[in-house]
Amino acid sequence: MAATRLFLRASPVKCSLTGLTGGVHSSLGLTLLKLSPACTAKPQAQRRHAAHFTYHPEPAPSQYGPTQKMNLFQSVTSALDNTLAGDPTAVIFGEDVAFGGVFRCTVGLRDKYGKDRVFNTPLCEQGIVGFGIGAAAAGATAIAEIQFADYIYPAFDQIVNEAAKYRYRSGNMFDCGKLTIRSPWGCVGHGSIYHSQCPEAFFTHCPGIKIVVPRGPVQAKGLLLSCIADQNPCIFFEPKILYRAAVEQVPTEAYQIPLSQAEVLQEGSDLTLVAWGTQVHVLKEVAAMAQEKLGVSCELIDLRTILPWDTETVCKSVVKTGRLLISHEAPVTGGFAAEISSTVQVRVRWEIKAFYFHRGWSTYGSL
Amino acid sequence: YVSTYADFTPQATFDIKKCDLHKLEEGPPLQAVLTREEGLQYYRTMQTIRRMELKADQLYKQKIIRGFCHLYDGQEACAVGIETGINLSDHLITAYRAHGYTLTRGGTVREIMAELTGRRGGIAKGKGGSMHMYTKHFYGGNGIVGAQVPLGAGVALACKYLGNNEICVCLYGDGAANQGQIFETYNMASLWKLPCIFICENNKYGMGTSVERAAASTDYYKRGDFIPGLRLDGMDVLCVREATKFAAEHCRSGKGPILMELQTYRYHGHSMSDPGVSYRTREEIQEVRSKSDPISMLKDRMLSNNMASVEELKEIDVEVRKEIEDAAQFATTDPEPPLDDLCNHIFYNDPPMEVRGTNPWTKLKSVS
Repeated sequence: MAATRLFLRASPVKCSLTGLTGGVHSSLGLTLLKLSPACTAKPQAQRRHAAHFTYHPEPAPSQYGPTQKMNLFQSVTSALDNTLAGDPTAVIFGEDVAFGGVFRCTVGLRDKYGKDRVFNTPLCEQGIVGFGIGAAAAGATAIAEIQFADYIYPAFDQIVNEAAKYRYRSGNMFDCGKLTIRSPWGCVGHGSIYHSQCPEAFFTHCPGIKIVVPRGPVQAKGLLLSCIADQNPCIFFEPKILYRAAVEQVPTEAYQIPLSQAEVLQEGSDLTLVAWGTQVHVLKEVAAMAQEKLGVSCELIDLRTILPWDTETVCKSVVKTGRLLISHEAPVTGGFAAEISSTVQVRVRWEIKAFYFHRGWSTYGSL
Repeated sequence: YVSTYADFTPQATFDIKKCDLHKLEEGPPLQAVLTREEGLQYYRTMQTIRRMELKADQLYKQKIIRGFCHLYDGQEACAVGIETGINLSDHLITAYRAHGYTLTRGGTVREIMAELTGRRGGIAKGKGGSMHMYTKHFYGGNGIVGAQVPLGAGVALACKYLGNNEICVCLYGDGAANQGQIFETYNMASLWKLPCIFICENNKYGMGTSVERAAASTDYYKRGDFIPGLRLDGMDVLCVREATKFAAEHCRSGKGPILMELQTYRYHGHSMSDPGVSYRTREEIQEVRSKSDPISMLKDRMLSNNMASVEELKEIDVEVRKEIEDAAQFATTDPEPPLDDLCNHIFYNDPPMEVRGTNPWTKLKSVS
């Protein structure tokens, strides 16, 4: 369920905590928005929700060469294809990747590059990541797939204790920077508790790894290639609901989108919206709704890299608008929005003390 | 001409296949005695599981069941055989292919189907779904592969500690057999002599990967190394029963854990989203269906030994069909759980606690 943190600069109008129900809405001139039918506070007549947003493809980038229509999983295949072609040390492994993967992200690669470069592992996440760390440390570009982000926990020890700290504890003598872990992520409508999780918050507590979540095919390919090229172990979460739903013109050649740079998708003056992955598209619709119904101009930022995140862009935007709303699918308590809102609160100085609210459900993300 | 009870053979002895043994001097008996009542009961239960799974398949295709659904048809002899080898007071835990076990462990078809459709009459109140079904002494129904095995060892420890002469049966599949936590569990169970029967249901494919491509050693019954093991035909309910009885005796006598590998087969794919024919041929499935189907095997045995009549078995089929139809009707018409249920049972709490809602001014109630 989307969780949001709403961060308001205290406006000249006084608002006390007691006036928070209807009073606040009118005193601030900003009605709290309903984000999507699934997130409304009022219990609704029960009906089945399909994907609660529409994917709008972005215009084809012109600076990377010829493009081809691809959906998200095809753009991932394209990125992996470019990698295997250009880097003879690159190997891809994971559960069921040989025939193409359960989401078809690796279709055709084994036939093209051989079975010693694209191979299946048995059912052992801890083993997969541990093995990947070793392969990367020895010099191979290791691209490991964890079949669903929900299954990443057996590998948590390997990622946090081994991969993230390798460079540091060996005094830069060893590192596993050539390791990239890819994993389908996020709510998909029918996934329930074990095929819908968004575990990025667990990993953000760990220095030494990078976490990236794309919002669409063009972004996915560029960011994945950056992760693979990056000299640090990276975790690349792919929103599974977008695998087929998101279709765009994606460059066929290799290109990179820089990590740790958030992107401002639309400029605005009243409210900063921050999200990553699927929620970006939900907030796009929110921004449109806000403009149309309330005359509120929203600035939408896609965080892209969750760790290390682009504090400059977000803070600069909040200085401009004075209000911040962060939305993510993971449960609200301890979710990454907490980190963003507390950092922004510390870094952006206010003359008057600001209030901030947390919205969201602290129950399992996929119910 | 009406057949009477006196016409039927009350019981018969059948030869069953010898088990492969690992670190065991002798194995289960080579003959099994089957009474008429037992035969009819096994037939009924296996047929119920079979029809229930086929009905679930139908409902899934009609989009009445959604999400994930892993069907058990083909493996009925395992669930029924194991249950007849242990008592209802013993404990059992398995992974996600759990519908058969939910039934044998005391669930009703109505509850199971309502859980599949996610209604409030479901065995887990509609909040668990296909992979998370539980009954008393049946610990599910677990989605994360391999995670249930250490849990099962813990249950076995509780049995030993409480001294109640109960055992725990921990099931897992051929794919899960390569998970690290299973080997950790073997070590703990053996070290502390826990009354634990580890059972590997080897249906030859871990999702789409055949066992040869996943495991360095496909002798799963030997993978326990220091734990004695048995490998047997999981399509023969009598074989499974005798082996389970043997294993249960082994555990209850304090000798520690034992491992069983049941060689079985599933007709459906891994789940409903898997057609099941991209990694195996239709001919293979057909061959198993015609030569080793557990229900047919039992039926043939009973008919050829005059333990039942064709009409009697047909009658059971009709009754089973009706039961499944009623259950499907219930599962389709029962209402979904109320929205108040969303936050219940997150924690244990007394009095009810508040959970944050989607805005700071609404709190949802969590009751446990």
